[in-house]
Amino acid sequence: MISQFFVLSQRGDNIVFRDYRGEVAKGSAEIFFRKVKFWKEDGQEEAPPVFNVDGVNYFHVKVVGLLFVATTRVNVSPSLVLELLQRIARVIKDYLGVLSEDSLRKNFVLVYELLDEVIDFGYVQTTSTEVLKSYVFNEPIVVDAARLQPLGPAAIFMQGTKRMPGTAVTKSVVANEPGGRKREEIFVDIIEKISVTFSSSGYILTSEIDGTIQMKSYLSGNPEIRLALNEDLSIGRGGGTIYDYRSSSGSGAVILDDCNFHESVRLDSFDMDRTLSLVPPDGEFPVMNYRMTQEFKPPFRINCLIEEAGQLKAEVIIKVRAEFPSNITANTIAVQMPLPKYTTRASFELEPGAVGQRTDFKEANKKLEWGLKKIVGGSEHTLRAKLTFSQESHANLTKEAGPVSMTFTIPMYNVSRLQVKYLQIAKKSSSYNPYRWVRYVTQANSYVARI
Amino acid sequence: MAPPAQSQRSPSPSQPSGKSEVSDLKLQLRQLAGSRAPGVDDSKRELFKKVISYMTIGIDVSSLFGEMVMCSATSDIVLKKMCYLYVGNYAKVNPDLALLTINFLQRDCRDEDPMIRGLALRSLCSLRVANLVEYLVGPLGSGLKDSNSYVRMVAVMGVLKLYHISASTCIDADFPSILKHLMLHDSDTQVVANCLSALQEIWSAEASTSEEASREREALISKPVIYYLLNRIKEFSEWAQCLVLELVTKYVPSDSSEIFDIMNLLEDRLQHANGAVVLATIRVFLQLTLSMTDVHQQVYERIKAPLLTLVSSGSPEQSYAVLSHLHLLVMRAPYVFSSDYKHFYCQYNEPSYVKRLKLEMLTAVANESNTYEIVTELCEYAANVDIPIARESIRAVGKIALQQYDVNAIVDRLLQFLEMEKDYVTAEALVLVKDLLRKYPQWSHDCIAVVGNISSKNVQEPKAKAALIWMLGEYSQDMQDAPYVLESLVENWDEEHSAEVRLHLLTAVMRCFFKRPPETQSALGAALAAGIADFHQDVHDRALFYYRILRYNVSVAERVVNPPKQAVSVFADTQSSEIKDRIFDEFNSLSVLYQKPSYMFTDKEHRVPLEFADELGNLSIGEAANNVVPTQMVEENDKDLLLTTSEKEETKGSRNNGSAYTVPYDGSSTSVFASQAQVESAVSNPTLAGHSPQASFAIDDLLGLGIPATPAVPSPPQLKLNTKAALDPSTFQQKWRQLPVALSQEISVNPQGVAALTAPQALLRHMQSHSIHCIASGGQSPNFKFLFFAQKFEESSNYLVECVINTSSAKAQVKIKADDQNTSQDFSTLFESALSKFGTS
Repeated sequence: MISQFFVLSQRGDNIVFRDYRGEVAKGSAEIFFRKVKFWKEDGQEEAPPVFNVDGVNYFHVKVVGLLFVATTRVNVSPSLVLELLQRIARVIKDYLGVLSEDSLRKNFVLVYELLDEVIDFGYVQTTSTEVLKSYVFNEPIVVDAARLQPLGPAAIFMQGTKRMPGTAVTKSVVANEPGGRKREEIFVDIIEKISVTFSSSGYILTSEIDGTIQMKSYLSGNPEIRLALNEDLSIGRGGGTIYDYRSSSGSGAVILDDCNFHESVRLDSFDMDRTLSLVPPDGEFPVMNYRMTQEFKPPFRINCLIEEAGQLKAEVIIKVRAEFPSNITANTIAVQMPLPKYTTRASFELEPGAVGQRTDFKEANKKLEWGLKKIVGGSEHTLRAKLTFSQESHANLTKEAGPVSMTFTIPMYNVSRLQVKYLQIAKKSSSYNPYRWVRYVTQANSYVARI
Repeated sequence: MAPPAQSQRSPSPSQPSGKSEVSDLKLQLRQLAGSRAPGVDDSKRELFKKVISYMTIGIDVSSLFGEMVMCSATSDIVLKKMCYLYVGNYAKVNPDLALLTINFLQRDCRDEDPMIRGLALRSLCSLRVANLVEYLVGPLGSGLKDSNSYVRMVAVMGVLKLYHISASTCIDADFPSILKHLMLHDSDTQVVANCLSALQEIWSAEASTSEEASREREALISKPVIYYLLNRIKEFSEWAQCLVLELVTKYVPSDSSEIFDIMNLLEDRLQHANGAVVLATIRVFLQLTLSMTDVHQQVYERIKAPLLTLVSSGSPEQSYAVLSHLHLLVMRAPYVFSSDYKHFYCQYNEPSYVKRLKLEMLTAVANESNTYEIVTELCEYAANVDIPIARESIRAVGKIALQQYDVNAIVDRLLQFLEMEKDYVTAEALVLVKDLLRKYPQWSHDCIAVVGNISSKNVQEPKAKAALIWMLGEYSQDMQDAPYVLESLVENWDEEHSAEVRLHLLTAVMRCFFKRPPETQSALGAALAAGIADFHQDVHDRALFYYRILRYNVSVAERVVNPPKQAVSVFADTQSSEIKDRIFDEFNSLSVLYQKPSYMFTDKEHRVPLEFADELGNLSIGEAANNVVPTQMVEENDKDLLLTTSEKEETKGSRNNGSAYTVPYDGSSTSVFASQAQVESAVSNPTLAGHSPQASFAIDDLLGLGIPATPAVPSPPQLKLNTKAALDPSTFQQKWRQLPVALSQEISVNPQGVAALTAPQALLRHMQSHSIHCIASGGQSPNFKFLFFAQKFEESSNYLVECVINTSSAKAQVKIKADDQNTSQDFSTLFESALSKFGTS
C-alpha cells in the first residue's frame, strides 16, 4: 500500500504527482529530492533506493534520468513497491512509445489517467497494458523518437544494423501509424549481460551471464506463440552443485543455473521439447530471465602492463583482443583504468592508422579513458600511455592503479549459445505472415581485468 | 549543510507563478461553460490540461472550482476524467464547493456506461469530505451489486475510503459483511483482492474496540478462507498474489501434511519473474517450516537459486531489495551459502550500499574451505578507489581472522596491509591488529615486529592512533623504543586533538612505566602533569586517578593498570538475537532493508494489520530473551572499555555451534559441519580434540566412560542425545509456551563449577560437549540465567531447560519441559550429571 506516487525530473521538478491516501504531507517531493541529492556530504555515495525520513518511507527507481518515487508510512514489501515503480515506467513507455521528460510533460494527462487505474487508494489494481487499454481514453502525443536518447535494451539495436526498423521499438501500443494501419510484427530480443573478472595473470576468476528474453508484440488479436529454445538446454537444480566455474563442459549443452518466467508463459511442453508457449500481452515484457555460471569464452581478452619508466614516469600498455568471429562487430567500447593518485599528466599513443578512437585523462578522479567506436571480431587494439607523477612512488605500482574495466555492446552475438530455434505464431489465415524479429545482443555488466 | 533545494532549480518557462494566468483561465472556462458549439470539447480539453498542469507543479487553482464544475456537464470521457482528478484534489479544502459536484457525480453513477459509473463512484468516494458521506452510501450500495466487475472493484475500494472518512457510517451501512460475502463469492479476482485489502484494514482498525471485529479478523486466516484463496491463486494478478501470500503467512496449519500441501501448491511461484511474488512465497515457506528443522533446511536450499537469479536480473533497485533479503538469510545460516561465496564478490560498478551488504555476506560465509579465496578477493578491494569500501574490506579481513579460520595466513595479509603505505589502509589495519592481539596474544611477536616500524607521525586517525598507542603500552617490553615513542607523543600533548587518543596515551605511559620504569619515568611525569591540566574532564580525571593511586601505593597501581590479561574470546555483537529474530519474522518488509524491526521506524497507527511479530512479542519467553540478551551485552561492554560498540563483533564460532539459528545439514554438506564441530570441540575440550570424532565422544561420555566423573554423581541413564541438535529460537518460544513444566527442581552446583562460572560462555561450551545446547544466556555474577535445549538421538523429541544459577548460594533452579514426558526424569538426571562435571573436566 503506497501513499503517494510522483515523478521528478533530474532538476527535481514535479512532472507528475499523485496523492492516493493523504497520509504523507505535501512537501514530500522536496524532502525526497534534497535527501537524494545530498545523501553524503562528499556526494560520492548514492542514496539507496529505499530510505526513511521522519516515519515516511521513500522508494525510488531511476529510469532514463527520471526519478519514479513512491511514499508510504506502512512497513510494506520493498520488492513489491520497487517492482511496481519499474512496472509503471514500463506501462507509460508502452503507451507513449518513448519515455522521456519531454514525452511525459506532453502527455501528463494520459499519465494521470493511467495512474488512476493502476493504483486505487494505494492498492495496485493492474499493471497490464492490455487491461488498461479498455480504461484509458487519452491518445498519446507522440514525440519524435529520433531526437531523443533511446531507452532500454531494445534501443541498442538501432546502432549498426540496418536490418532492424529502429522506430518500431519506440512505437506506442495504442497509437495508430500514419495511414491508420498497424503493422503486424513481433520482437524477441535475447539480451545477455556478462560479468567477468580476470586475475592479474589472465585467469578467469568469476564469470556470469544474466540473460533475458524480452518480447514486444504488436500482433492484433493476441495469437498464441510458441518459442523453441535449444533442445539440449538444461536447468541446474538441487543447488550448490554447479558453481564450479571451470567445469569442463566445453561444447554442447547449454546449462542454466536457474531461470524464471513471465506469468503468461506456459511450460506444459518445456520439459519435453524446450518450448515455451504464451499468449503475449501487449507491451514489452520479459518472457524469461536466466542466470548462467557455466564456462564461456569471454569476448575480449585484456592485457595491461604498468611499469616505471625513469624517475617520476611510468608507462601503461593496454591491449584488447576481440575473440569472436570476424563477421561480428562490437560497438561503443569504453575502457577505463584508475591511475596512481599522484599522476599529473598522461600522454597517449594510439596504434598507427587508428580510427574512431579517443583517449582522455580525467584529472579529477585520475582515470584513464579509452573509447573505441567499434571493434571487429578477431582484431587487436593497443593503447600506450606515458604517465608523469608528482611524487616518487614507494610501493608497487600495480597496487596503486587499476583494475581495467570495460563496457561494450555486441549486437547479433550471445555468449551463452542459448537460441530461439523457432518462433511459431498460431495461424489465423494462410496469408497471415507477420514480421518476426529475433535479435541477440551481448553487453558488459562488469568486465574487469586486475593488474 | 545542504543548500535549499529551491535554489538548485532553474526557473523553467512552464512554471508561471503569477495569479494572472489563473484568472485568465477562469475567464475562458466561464465562456466555454454554457457553450454547445461544435469543437467546444476540444477547447475545454486544452484548458483543463492547463489547469491540471498548474495543479501538478503546485500552483493553487482551487479558485476555479466553480467553473470547472460548470464545464463538467459533458459526455466526453477524457474531459470527465480530468474534471474528476481536479475535483478530487481540491474538494477537501473546499467542502462547500464540493457539494456542487455531488449532483453530477451521483447522476454519473447511474450512467449506462460502466466506465462512467465506475469513474464517478471513484471520484465521489475520493472527495474526503466528512459532511458529504450521507451521499456516498446509496451509490456505494448499488456499486457493490453492479453487474460490471470494474464498478464493483471501484466500489469495494470506495467502502474503504468511506471507512477512513467516517468509520461509523461504513459500519452502520453493514458494508464489511457485504465485502465479506463478495470476497468469497465474486467471480472477478481483483474484486476479491480488493475486498481482502479493505477488510484487513477495516477489521484491524476495529479490532481494538470490538470483539466481533477481532473475531472477523481471525476468521480471515481460517482454513476455509485460506484454502479458497490458495486454490485460485493463479487466477489473481501478480500483485493480488502477493496479498494472498501475505495472508497465508499468518495461517497456522494443523499438521505437517497441510504444510506440505501448501508448499507444493506454491512451489512454482518461486519461478515467477516478479521478485515480490517470489519473496512473499519464500516468507510463507520459511514461516510454515519454522518448527520442522529438516524441511526448513531444505527450504533454504530450494530458495537459493531463485533468489540469486532475482539478484542478477531486473533493475539495480530491485536487485538491492532482494539482495538485502539474501543477506538476512546468509547471516542466519551462513554455512548453507558457503559454497556460493563467489556470488557475493563485489562488482566494480556496484553502488556502495550493495558492496557493503556483500562484504558482510562474504565475512559470514567464510569457512575453512573458502577462507583463502575470500580473503584474497577482499585484499583486492583494499586498494579500491572507493575508500570507504576499501576500509570495510580490510575490516572484513579482520573479522574473518577473528573467526579463527587460518589465522596464520590472514595475519600475514594484515601485516602486508601495514606495508602498503596508504594512510587509510594503515589506519584500519592497525585497529585490526590490536583486536587480533587481544584475542590471540600468541601472535604478538610477529605483529609487534611490523607495528614497531610504523612511525606514529604517519598515523593521524584517532582510532588508529589509539590502537597504536595501546600496543605500545601493552607490548612495551617487546618494542625497544616504546618509551621514547611515547615520550615524544607526550611532548606533543597539546597538538593531540582527540581525547580518546590522550586517554590511551595516559594508560600506555603508565603501563610502560611498570615494565620499564627508568626509561619512562620522565615521560610519565610529563604525561600526568599534562593530563591533570587537560581541559577534557575524562582525561583530567584519569590522570588525577593515576597520580593518586601511584602516590598511595605503586604495587596496587600496577595491579590496577597492568593486571594479567585474559584473551578476549567473544566480542559482543551489536545486535541482539532478539532483534534479529524480529527482523526475520518481518521477512519481505522494510525491516530487512533497514535492518531494524518495524517498531523502530513505524508509528503505531501505521503498523501492518495482523502483525505476526506483535503476537510473538507477547509471549513470556520473548520477554525473557529480551531481558537476558541486553544484560549480556552490557556486561561485555563493561569488561572492555577499549572497544566502542561499533567495533564489537561476536565471533561467529559460538553462534554456528549447531544451536540458535542452525539448520541441520543434509548429507552433502555434513563434512563441512563435522569439521566445524571439531574445531568447536577442540576449543571447548582440547584433550579430546583430534583423535576422537565428536559424535562418538559424546556417546562415550554419556555412558560414563570418557571423562572421570565426580563420585557424588548418579550414573547417567541410557538416554542418548543428538550431538548436532538444532532448534531455532522461535520454535523454542513456541514449544516453551505449549509444553507444561515436566520437572522443576533445585540442584547444587559444586564449588569448582562456581569458580569456573565467571561468564555465561564458560558453561555454554561445557554443556555443549554434553549435547545440551544453549539458545540464550545472560546475567552477571552472582546470577546467571540460561535457556538450554537438547534433542533425543535419532528422534525429533526435544527437551527444553530454563536454568538459573546463583553462584553465591551455589544453587541452580532448573525447569525442564519435554516433548516426551516419560523421559524427562532421565533427561533431568543427565542434565544434573552434566552440570556437576562443570569445572572438573
